[in-house]
Amino acid sequence: MIVVSLLFYLFSFIMIASAFMVILSRNPVHSVLFLILCFFNSAGIFLILGAEFLAFILVIVYVGAVAVLFLFVVMMLDVEFKSISTSVISYLPIGMTIGVIVLAELMLVLFTWKRDYSVTDSSIISKDMQYSNTEMIGLVLYTDNILFFQLAGLILLASMIGAIVLTVNHRPSAKRQDINKQVERDAENSIKNIDMKPGSGI
Amino acid sequence: MIAINNYLALASILFVIGIFGVFLNKKNIIIILMSIELMLLAVNINLVAFSTYLNDVTGQIFSLLVLTVAAAEAAIGLAILVIYFRNKGSIAVEDITEMKG
Repeated sequence: MIVVSLLFYLFSFIMIASAFMVILSRNPVHSVLFLILCFFNSAGIFLILGAEFLAFILVIVYVGAVAVLFLFVVMMLDVEFKSISTSVISYLPIGMTIGVIVLAELMLVLFTWKRDYSVTDSSIISKDMQYSNTEMIGLVLYTDNILFFQLAGLILLASMIGAIVLTVNHRPSAKRQDINKQVERDAENSIKNIDMKPGSGI
Repeated sequence: MIAINNYLALASILFVIGIFGVFLNKKNIIIILMSIELMLLAVNINLVAFSTYLNDVTGQIFSLLVLTVAAAEAAIGLAILVIYFRNKGSIAVEDITEMKG
């Protein structure tokens, strides 16, 4: 039990520290790497909570795809690493004010909120039925929440089409395959006989 | 089990760090996108914590949907960023205000 608590505090500490480094480091590549560290630690926290499926999805999808996409874009854009100290100082008061207000509100909710025990066990599937976490998610996702599942697929399709349409660039100079031209080509138009005299070039 | 308040405190601290990142960064819009990812991660921690403590797996389904939307948002945002950089040669947030809608 004490080990789990220690692990929780370790993960939380590293997570908050790396989140600070994400927004404060000057080099965006370092920011992305700290974001990856943050995702790994939150995967650890999900494991402590017993949500194994989400923990591994977080590592596979987020670290494997989204963070690497960020890394590609950061390296591709080749942004100059300017000092951010002046902008941080000029925007610190407003950012500090809003951050403190939000944190105070969240903490007020946190320490005055009481759990309502009457709403527990609203699901048909509970931990007592010897299912693994992935099985529980599958049993609910494909039956009760099939609409959300399909909508998620639709959102991913739309974002994929959007990203491709936005970033594709047609250059007229690029050589492309023209199938009509290839099909219409025949021997009469593409082969000709040349009568060459000995000793001369074409 | 660790009390749920610890998870909620962790999530709120992470969320506020994300808000800080959005406000403090005026040079680099990629950092703002990463701050939004941090805020969505904080929401996910809340959802999974409540899902575990209320013994209801629906929270994890919602968390999965949040992950989906976050991935789509990152893809579209980075695509917009790439074409903006191709046109302007810079991604400073202050320059984007000259787009005027």
